[in-house]
Amino acid sequence: MCLAVPGRVAEVREDETALVDFSGVRKEVSLALVDGVEVDEYVLVHVGYALQRIDPEEAERTLALFAEMEQLQGG
Amino acid sequence: MAHGGGGRAMSRLIDELFAAAFDNEWMAAGNDAAAFTAPAGRMVMATDSHVVTPLFFPGGDIGALSVHGTLNDVAMGGGRPLYLSAGFVLEEGFPLADLKRIVDSMAAASREAGVPVVTGDTKVVEQGKADGVYINTTGVGVVPEGVTVGGNRARPGDRILVNGTLGDHGMAILSVREDLGFGTDLQSDSAALHGLVAAMLEAVPGIRCLRDPTRGGLSATLNELAHQSEVGVRVREAELPVREEVHAACEFLGLDPLNAANEGKLVAVCPPESAEVLLETMRAHPLGRASAIIGEVADSDRPLVEMETAFGGTRLVDWLHGEQLPRIC
Amino acid sequence: MKYVDEFRDGQRARQLAGAIAEEVEEERSYHFMEFCGGHTHAIFRYGVPDLLPENVHMVHGPGCPVCVLPMGRVDAAIDLARRPEVILCTYGDLLRVPGSRKSSLLQARAAGADVRMIYSAADSLQIARDNPDREVVFFAIGFETTTPPTAVVLKQAHAEGIENFSVACNHVLTPAAITHILESPEVRELGTLPLDGFIGPSHVSTVIGSAPYEFFAEEYEKPVVIGGFEPLDVLQAIRMLVRQVNAGRAEVENEFTRAVTRAGNRKAQALVADVFELRKQFEWRGLGTVPYSGLRIKEAYAAFDAERRFAVEVGRPRENQACLCPSVLRGVAKPTDCTLYGTTCTPDNPIGSCMVSSEGACAAYYAYGRTREPAVAPVDA
Repeated sequence: MCLAVPGRVAEVREDETALVDFSGVRKEVSLALVDGVEVDEYVLVHVGYALQRIDPEEAERTLALFAEMEQLQGG
Repeated sequence: MAHGGGGRAMSRLIDELFAAAFDNEWMAAGNDAAAFTAPAGRMVMATDSHVVTPLFFPGGDIGALSVHGTLNDVAMGGGRPLYLSAGFVLEEGFPLADLKRIVDSMAAASREAGVPVVTGDTKVVEQGKADGVYINTTGVGVVPEGVTVGGNRARPGDRILVNGTLGDHGMAILSVREDLGFGTDLQSDSAALHGLVAAMLEAVPGIRCLRDPTRGGLSATLNELAHQSEVGVRVREAELPVREEVHAACEFLGLDPLNAANEGKLVAVCPPESAEVLLETMRAHPLGRASAIIGEVADSDRPLVEMETAFGGTRLVDWLHGEQLPRIC
Repeated sequence: MKYVDEFRDGQRARQLAGAIAEEVEEERSYHFMEFCGGHTHAIFRYGVPDLLPENVHMVHGPGCPVCVLPMGRVDAAIDLARRPEVILCTYGDLLRVPGSRKSSLLQARAAGADVRMIYSAADSLQIARDNPDREVVFFAIGFETTTPPTAVVLKQAHAEGIENFSVACNHVLTPAAITHILESPEVRELGTLPLDGFIGPSHVSTVIGSAPYEFFAEEYEKPVVIGGFEPLDVLQAIRMLVRQVNAGRAEVENEFTRAVTRAGNRKAQALVADVFELRKQFEWRGLGTVPYSGLRIKEAYAAFDAERRFAVEVGRPRENQACLCPSVLRGVAKPTDCTLYGTTCTPDNPIGSCMVSSEGACAAYYAYGRTREPAVAPVDA
């Protein structure tokens, strides 16, 4: 597999890099693979490179699927 | 700094540095050995050699660490530490300013702990033969009457407690490693635990086992206890205190907080009926605010550590296989 | 951690498990292969098998780049590292893996070789900048996830004219390996490996997208659900597979929509296509020769190809004949079927490919599950 962890973009720098915050742990990450990343977006980071941005709406939708089931089963 | 016969001036400098830092009657006597009266009762003795990269890290340095480490080993034997020794192996060319910083930090740690360093030794080796500085410390202590702790004493039904968050030291060290470095406010938990242990033993003299989960982390310690006592161990992931930053650093480096080193933590095993009292005692101490009951000793003839995952399944908690290396996959 | 912890919630897991239990048809048995070691790892780390009905079986696939790296290539890395002018950079995963001579990169380092563990591909290039009088070789491993960063550093080295930097490319491709498994006699002719569907890779798919799996759904009539690596994602993917099987569908579905699109990351794909080309064949440890399954550096970047620069020879050392890893990697056997497993072959002393990395099926069994009979497909099921 490939270990990749979502983190919040805390700072976008000029040289195609960003400072990404993983719950209080900050790491410099390359933005060479993803265009137009903005501060406060979440990106999926693998070996020091952002691979993709996390789509917050899709994440909510997936979580909502779980919640739906909760209601179906009566909580 | 020069080594061998030619470095006489330097060795005098070092002697003066030590004498000034460890200012006590034994050091002042200037003998090769320290003499003291042995108190009545069972004695414990522990030794530990300290090798750490980098020498200075967030929340501590090799000096304080070498004091805390050995005091904790004495305390884990149920002992009240009385005296320490210190042996230094220095690499030729090691900056004197760094040495002073380390020695001062050791002296401060020993003063704070109320346990004097009464004898010491220094050797300087050629450049390239040592990684800056190695420190060996030995401690002796006396065990209060009625106290018997040992890794072989855990019994089915006993409760397992820790005194706070796990993996802080290991991750603080990694954060300043040249090849992995990351930004964090995380600090090493390096601390002397004998005060906490004394309070714990006073409240619950029947504590069965005490151990500090240093290298290899909680997983190594629990496996050791399971093997020594020939019992199973069951812990609950949801009860394990882990800081968010430690959790995050472990996530992106592919490491497990249960394998990460601690330098100010202990694992205690006690009979079930005293667990609540012990927990309250620990939480009342400054070094035990985040204490928790993390699991119990299982009635099993297989010495394995199992964990109920926060997710609702179970898994084995294994020993660490070799050095814990960051992963990409 | 946001986007992590929500997908590890125990209460939701039990609800999802309940939903799966309700939806499975009692008379059926379901065999799903998780291709990725990441899924294998998550399944054992979180104890997912405990939550699944008895007739849902997880079959572990070959998706661990360290496991499938042939011993001959580990030997080649060690040989490179031993050259006095070379600084060999690689990811931590590879350092402990023994080659055919029982020696690893860690042991080579202990014996004086200059081996550097790197966290990021970019670190290897920095080491080259910092050591202009040394030859810096980045020994690159990994699937489609790890390949784009290698492409980026190669392009950077080219642009900056860094002459003391080269890459030993061992990047491999996921779809080729899935095809190999689906084409195996156990699946196609003998039918000894029942496979009712795949959980598709999470992070590989963020790069290649979901489209490449459509072929498997059509040609082999196997449902594929791309699932995230968090345990709730795994459960949800299993549930989606169960539904497809029940309905007789074989489609590509995407559970990991928060990071995977149909097209994937086109920028990353373009970078990879610019720097790398397909090898006609590549040797996978345990699987053997798999056609068009590996990448090599294109002619335009030949100056940065360590294989050419150092005329690297890759031997084909013999594997231990008793090792069942080839069958384990294809899902045909489980680790506990192997006579070496847990006896002579342990994480401390790995003999076979599935034990060398914590991602491997044998290592995951050993580390997380050796107390019980794990919920895994019996061969005769």
